[in-house]
Amino acid sequence: MADPRIGIIEERLKGVNNIIAVSSGKGGVGKSLIASTLALTLAKRGYKVGLFDLDFTSPSTHVILGVEGLQPKEEKGIIPPQVHGLRYMSIVYYSGEYASPLRGVDVSNALIELLAITRWNNLDFLIIDMPPGISDATLDIIRLIKRINFLMVTTPSRLAFETVRKLIDLLSELRIPIMGVIENMKMKESQFIQQQVEDRGITFLGEIPFDIELEEAIGNVNKLLVTQFGERLEEIAKDLEP
Amino acid sequence: MHEWALAEAVISTVSQIAEKEGLKEVAEVEIKVGELQQIELDILEFALSQLKTLKLKNAKFHIKTVKAELKCRVCGHKWIFRKEKMNEEIAEAIHFVPEIAHTYIKCPKCGSPDFEILKGRGIWLESVRGLR
Repeated sequence: MADPRIGIIEERLKGVNNIIAVSSGKGGVGKSLIASTLALTLAKRGYKVGLFDLDFTSPSTHVILGVEGLQPKEEKGIIPPQVHGLRYMSIVYYSGEYASPLRGVDVSNALIELLAITRWNNLDFLIIDMPPGISDATLDIIRLIKRINFLMVTTPSRLAFETVRKLIDLLSELRIPIMGVIENMKMKESQFIQQQVEDRGITFLGEIPFDIELEEAIGNVNKLLVTQFGERLEEIAKDLEP
Repeated sequence: MHEWALAEAVISTVSQIAEKEGLKEVAEVEIKVGELQQIELDILEFALSQLKTLKLKNAKFHIKTVKAELKCRVCGHKWIFRKEKMNEEIAEAIHFVPEIAHTYIKCPKCGSPDFEILKGRGIWLESVRGLR
């Protein structure tokens, strides 16, 4: 007759003011680094922020944040632990260091389960690190979170933008708000992405140069925030503030 | 106490259904609980009794457990999930997110993690009856 979990999701998110899905049509464009660093930056700027890693089959934000040995508290549901000032939720609390080979239906079920039982309480921002593509997780987020906003990430490559363009077109057709597009890993001067984005009436949030130091900062959030990548993202974050 | 969150979900959904179907009072609610999620029924029942709203004050909750039947997508083998065979930490991870079964459980015949949960995954609302 009915899946009772669906009916509680809005209630679980009612204390969250802004819900942002960091998304892209392609993998490897820097979604997880942007989602994590954006969450850390907003927290540093005084906001209450949650970070939810929805990339169930390939989670990586725990590596970026250097999270080890943490478990959520159980209290009439689950309370995400505080990590570097963020309320942080990831499937790795349960899957540990092992692979999670999930088909679409399983991704949907796990996503519904975690949305139904996680108590975020009051947050200014919930940043969701999405898996790449326009598949189950993206469709479920659109279906289940009516107040979702998308923040898109692309690289300068036309290959990446080709998939981002399709996601933009789909979201625009569905009238889902798009906060804007970030062009990540920029290596040489080009207006191509900005032009394409603006031609579609979408905000171009800015570009982030390819940062050769970034890899060294993975797992060390203080270092991450002062990389060129971190500093550039802080500038972009200011435009996302209410 | 994760059962509490699920009980809240049941009460919220039953209330939404009652509203939609114009029920003045809910009399009976049938719930199915899959064994894969290993929900503690006494906690679930207690939480349901504590969370009842006015419209549900006389409602009876009938809870039926369903064995978790798994079927390997590779070799077709079917088997029943048994909690007793698991270590506690793994059982608890599956309790929170039943799909984590794919991380720790393999087909007993061919060793594949690619199996289907045919039935008995988690909590499901079977029927809501009441007075109009």
